[in-house]
This record gives sequence, structure tokens and C-alpha cells, in this order.
Amino acid sequence: MKDLLGIEQLSVAQIEAILDTARPMKNLFTRSIKKVPVLRGKTVALLFFEPSTRTRSSFELAAKRLSADTLSFSASTSSVTKGESLLDTAKTYEAMKVDFMVIRHSASGAADLVAKSVKARVINAGDGSHEHPTQGLLDLFTILDKKKRIDGLHVVILGDILHSRVARSNLWGLTKLGARVTLCGPATLIPPGVQEVFGKNVRVCYKIEEALEGADIINVLRLQRERMDGAFFPTIQEYTEFYGLTSERLRLAKPDCLVLHPGPMNRGIEISSDVADGPRSLILEQVTNGIAVRMAVLHLFGGSQGLTAHPRESAKVAEILTE
Amino acid sequence: MKKIFSQTEVRAAIAKMAEKILRTVEEPRDRWALIGIHSRGVPLAKRLAAALREKGSPEIPVGSMDITFYRDDMGEARLNPVVQDTDIPFDLSGRTIFLVDDVLYTGRTIRCALDELMDFGRPDRVRLAALVDRGRRELPIQPDVVGETLLADADQRVEVHLEEVDGEDAVWIADKRGSGKE
Repeated sequence: MKDLLGIEQLSVAQIEAILDTARPMKNLFTRSIKKVPVLRGKTVALLFFEPSTRTRSSFELAAKRLSADTLSFSASTSSVTKGESLLDTAKTYEAMKVDFMVIRHSASGAADLVAKSVKARVINAGDGSHEHPTQGLLDLFTILDKKKRIDGLHVVILGDILHSRVARSNLWGLTKLGARVTLCGPATLIPPGVQEVFGKNVRVCYKIEEALEGADIINVLRLQRERMDGAFFPTIQEYTEFYGLTSERLRLAKPDCLVLHPGPMNRGIEISSDVADGPRSLILEQVTNGIAVRMAVLHLFGGSQGLTAHPRESAKVAEILTE
Repeated sequence: MKKIFSQTEVRAAIAKMAEKILRTVEEPRDRWALIGIHSRGVPLAKRLAAALREKGSPEIPVGSMDITFYRDDMGEARLNPVVQDTDIPFDLSGRTIFLVDDVLYTGRTIRCALDELMDFGRPDRVRLAALVDRGRRELPIQPDVVGETLLADADQRVEVHLEEVDGEDAVWIADKRGSGKE
């Protein structure tokens, strides 16, 4: 597989290969020298057509810890403001012989479009409301790290599902690995037909009290006010009243339920500060894990064959083959 | 696949390696450490440590190392290898480190291991111990301690099997082409 465009296209074995590789990557963080030479001489272009702080910094640091060179680009200071198209920008970077293009764009399918027209590996860092695969993978890694399994867990995705590429990537990843997912939010923010796509392991619930019952994980999504051009709910205050995650509501979930949020947070809107900063919150852990997962992705897609995967039990054979 | 060394021969080779380490390495034994290179170097290092203990050495710390992130041929790799942890639970400075691997071939794995080791610290000395030296080096790297020596062709694969990983102690040789898609 040449490009990482979404979790939808990944097999279970490929997802596991990434998660398995992220573990030793994370262990590198405890060394005094956190950098390894595996991508020495490779160049990673970070093409961010939409604002981002954590994803971009995370990819940049991931690339640097693998000894790759990085090239940054941001739409506001580039030729895009002079009307250059997405493909022309991508082809310009291709002509500069970059090995990876990490792309963030407001249009769904942007990374896919670029991937089809360049030889460089394309990593989708978020395209519109379609997918944000590395966020989905880091969420899986964070859950696996704490709960030691994904299979059979009850995960609630809370909030603005409609506009959320994080929700889509989570849905693909969680259902492929056998979790049960409850989507909870106002009816206007839950895409119609979602159950037909993801099947019986996904249910929709409009009442937060019902949704949280028995939850192992709550993934709170950011209210994406910048993508809302209509009235999806009366007021922010009302949204918070009905769907904000507070420590009181957290008590409805399992006693060992943990809380994720992809950031950036609207404190006091979709999540209260005492939950965000509380002992059940994995929000900062997600940031650390994000680097490890992105390192794993860059490393695994960096080989001549791109991402290949093998079932865990044949790991030994694989090791012999690559001798 | 043809078995070239039996269980008895493999175990004798390990005993011989332990003896050679004791006989030829002069540095103080309480400053030794073994680091096995994944996968089979790790159980091999543990066996060597046990053999050295039996021969009266003080407890020797054993670490493990996965050199995947230090390889220079990832572009050619056909499969993404499963990466194991590097675990070096002791300070390298002031120590004599024995890098332990099952098969010594091109020397490239050892070069990677040396690079990784140097990122961890500054050992006093680094020695190399391999169960089988199959020849055909591509880098100027030679072992200090060897169990068995042979000259295998470039299109042959030499596989060490160890009980801990494979359920048997043996060394096999196979033609790369004849072994199918394995």
C-alpha cells in the first residue's frame, strides 16, 4: 500500500502492524537520544492547507525523530493565496523530489486526489469531514495501551459526528478491531445512514445518559463551529447542557472509563475542565502517543513496498525473510 | 532444508563460546554485559550468561536490542518486520559489552547494532560473539568469539533454531530459491 488515505482501506493486520510498531517507537522517547536513523536522507513535506498546531507539530517531530528532513508549507503564506491549485502545489513538491507528502485539506478526498497524481507517499492528515487516519490510529493505540484490548470494549463517540473526520476514522478502526460503538449527539449532528455503513456494532443514541451507561471509553469530539454554516442546535449553552461531558455524567459510565479528546478543546462547551484535567483523561497521553503512531506510519510506509502486513503469528517468519 | 548442526553440536558450540569468553577476555568480569540482537541473539545471550555463571562468573546482566530502526536497507525490505523492544537495563559506560547474534553474515546487522549501542552510551569495549560465522562479509567486521564456522553461498540461507523460539536447537541450511515462498 503506497498511501495512507483512511482507516477504511486498512486491513486488521495492517492496523495491527502500525500499532505494534508504534509501541517500540514510544519506547524511544525514554532514551536520552530519541532519534533513530531509519528515514535518513528522506524528505517529508508537510502540506497544511488548513490551520493545525498539534497534528503538524506531531508529524514534524515524528519525521525528525526518524532523521528525515521536513519541509513546511502553510496555505496562508504560500502561492495558494495567488490561486495555485492543490495539484499544482503537490506537483511542485514532487518536482522537488520529496518522499512523503503529509496533507491536510478542507476538501474530503484531497489526499486521495494528490495520491493518484504523485509518486511520493501521501499521508492524509485530515481531509474535510472524511478521515484523519493517524488520529484514529493514535486513539486506538491509546485505548489499547490502557485497556490492553479493543475487542469487546464499549466506546462512546460524543458530540459533532457529522463534521468529524476523527469520528469516521475512529468508527472504521474501532469496528474493524471488534469494539462496540455508540454515537451520541444531537440528531442534527449525526450523519444519516451511519448504521447501514458500519453495521450492528454501531448504535446511535440521542440521550447522553443512555449512551454513557457501561462505557469503557468516551471519545469527546470538538464542536466544529468553523464547519457549521447552518443552525444545528439552538445555542452553545443548550448544547453544553444536553451533551457536555461533566464529571457528574462521567459517573454514569464504568468506574474505570477513560476519556479521550482529539483537541483542540472547547473547555466548558463539549467537555468540562475538571474532566479534561482529571485522572480519567488521556488527552495529553494522546498527544505523546500521536508522535509514536506517526513515526510508525512514516517508517512502515517508507519501504519500497509501502505498508505490508503480516499476521502477528507469522512475525518470526517475517523476521527471517527480512534478514 | 538440511540440518547441519544437531542439538548436541549447538549446545557444545555455546559451551565453547562461554569458555572462549572466559579464556580470552581479560577485562574485569563484574563489568561485563551481554546484549542479544533480536530475535535469536536474545535467547542465545541468556544461554551464554547461564553458561558463564556455571563456570563461576559473577551474575552478568543481559540486554536485548532490535536494530530495525538502524537498518540502512529498509527500502529493499519486502515485509515490514515486527519490531521488538530494545531493552538495556544497565549503564553502558565502563563496561565491556558482548554483542551476541546467532548468525554472522554480511556484518551489516552488527554495524547497525554498533550505531544503536553508541546512541545508548559509551561502553569501554565492545566484543562480538556469534554462534555461526557463515562467511561472506561485506564490511570489515570480525567476531571475537564464534561457535561454528562455515562458508555458505550467497544464495543459501543459514538458520539457527533455538529451543526458546523454535522448539529445537539446530542449525539449518537452505537454498533460497528452493525454499519456495517461505
